[in-house]
Amino acid sequence: MAELSNAPAPSPETLVDIYRRMIRIERNDDAIRKTIRLGRLQMPYYSARGQEVIPSTLSSLLTNDDKICTIYRGIHDMVAKDMPLRPLWAEIAGRVDGTCKGKGGPMHLTHPETGVMVTTGVVGSSMPIANGLAWAALLDGTKQVTIAYFGDGASNIGAFHESLNLASLWKLPVLFVCQNNGFAEHTRYENCTSVDFISKRAAGYGMPGFTVDGNDPWAMYAAASTAIARAREGEGPTLLECKTFRFLGHVFGDDDKYMTKEEKAAAIAKDPLPAFRARLIEEGLATEEQLAKLQADIEAEVADAMEFGLASPFPSVDELRRDVFAEEIAA
Amino acid sequence: MTATVKMNSLQAVNAALTEAMEQDPKVLVLGEDVGDREGGGVTGATAGLSTRFGDQRVRTTPISEQAIIGAAIGAALGGYKPVAEIMLMNFTTVAMDMIFNHAAKLRFMSGGQSQVPITIRTLTGAGWQTAGQHADHLEGWFAHTAGIKVVAPSNPADYKGLLLSCIQDPDPCIFIESAGSLFTPAEVPINQGPIPIGKARIVQEGTDVTLVSWSSQAVRCQMALPALTEAGISVELIDLRTVSPWDKQTVLESAAKTGRVVIAHEAMRSFGPGAEIAATVNEELFGQLKAPVRRLGAPYSPVPFSKPLENAFLVSPDKVVATVKALMG
Repeated sequence: MAELSNAPAPSPETLVDIYRRMIRIERNDDAIRKTIRLGRLQMPYYSARGQEVIPSTLSSLLTNDDKICTIYRGIHDMVAKDMPLRPLWAEIAGRVDGTCKGKGGPMHLTHPETGVMVTTGVVGSSMPIANGLAWAALLDGTKQVTIAYFGDGASNIGAFHESLNLASLWKLPVLFVCQNNGFAEHTRYENCTSVDFISKRAAGYGMPGFTVDGNDPWAMYAAASTAIARAREGEGPTLLECKTFRFLGHVFGDDDKYMTKEEKAAAIAKDPLPAFRARLIEEGLATEEQLAKLQADIEAEVADAMEFGLASPFPSVDELRRDVFAEEIAA
Repeated sequence: MTATVKMNSLQAVNAALTEAMEQDPKVLVLGEDVGDREGGGVTGATAGLSTRFGDQRVRTTPISEQAIIGAAIGAALGGYKPVAEIMLMNFTTVAMDMIFNHAAKLRFMSGGQSQVPITIRTLTGAGWQTAGQHADHLEGWFAHTAGIKVVAPSNPADYKGLLLSCIQDPDPCIFIESAGSLFTPAEVPINQGPIPIGKARIVQEGTDVTLVSWSSQAVRCQMALPALTEAGISVELIDLRTVSPWDKQTVLESAAKTGRVVIAHEAMRSFGPGAEIAATVNEELFGQLKAPVRRLGAPYSPVPFSKPLENAFLVSPDKVVATVKALMG
């Protein structure tokens, strides 16, 4: 981790911005779960509660020109990237005003305007495609970076290994960001992964790899800014393993039989969100009123987005013939 | 008379790639061994391209089929038109997640926001004793996937014209280069431009039987024509050229005229594309048919190595002749 010691520290404004993204993710997640419970939303939901710091910190260093490819547990990555919530809600409700006209749903949200290029429901598949976006940026001669988000389970699938090798060989401006929440679906990390740190695998592909506390915005900022600067300067890819925990299991309704109550309680006790909030106030980086106002504004945004999404009409069945190809299929 | 030049289908592929890259700086080529440092591809199809267009636009890749198709998809999302080579069609199996779950579906799943204008060139075909993992005709798999076009030409002019169309097409295309149709030279117009995807070619007009085929099998069907003419049977041979979307109109018009249909393909007969075509002909023309629709394809077996087995595996011109004669009674 020596290389990270020279990384810049986040400014107070950046820290508040990271917090804004985190609370936006958390409030949105909370609203999704409540709405599912009320029966107003039917969707498979893979909550990322507990993993907010990772994409929030990375996104504070990105612009809309920078791209992300994420996975089914990736709504937090999109919200962190400032995807507008109205079309997000319409999409997860399967409505015509959704980002994808309701045709992709929560596992395939796409919003190129904010750089959300691909969301995949297949473990590991964000990585090969992120390489291609990075290749395009290289050919275009831009400084744009692409992030491939994935989980710890994905580091055991072939796509991970093929992608890291190619990215390193071609010096692609891409970040491989592993959100290591300790479980591949229901299987504990150590029961399916051959190394103690996924970051060690970077060495096998000739790229730097770091393991960072993915719940610590300062540590994340150091790692993210180092890796992003490296990509922008044309020095190639980085593997970041960000250690975190998912508070709500694999899928909404998960009974968490594969972990002890104590383990889960201990992780939740270290919830990064209230801890970060308290520290921002303690260190005088933000005031109580400022953060309360931020939260109220976000809650209003989420409430508005939910109502908008649920009020949007369902798509016409004619949509089955559209977007299969560029040209509409004849009825 | 249009001026022509004699070339085989591999040379036609090379000509199409060269022309496409020259005309459009967004066209890229990637795949195993495609660069001139590696000999310009195992068949030489990409020879000269990296020298001419540089090794940033023509990139040799590791043997990593998922990474190849993934990079093509991503570059396409970034505004490029990549032509990815998967050396052999059997190796598309290694990249099926990228092809089936991503390339084919991103446009639909994104509500039309994402487009993936990639071309996947891939070589296959039995007859060269390459056995069970190097020779399968898998067009049926891809035709059974919504969102991908499946192109399977049989002669040099069609190879060139259809590859040009695939490269410019806004959607992903699988372009099948089949061993039985690669090496026979033929005259190709020097200005051979794009040939529309989804349009069949009537190779020979006829009134007794409609024979539908594509790719190398269309070559073997053509070889069957003299014997059938000699037997007094007037065959209308349709080279489908595109398996999906297939040219229903041309096939149905011909079938309505002849009342008899034989579909021949190199792919396995069971659950092969011939079944789809036969079913469509039955649904549309049941009362007008003079005989049941017949299908010819490979037996339910992996592609064998031993020469006599391989010969029996393929649908030879003799089998086509025998089937058409039997249909005529």
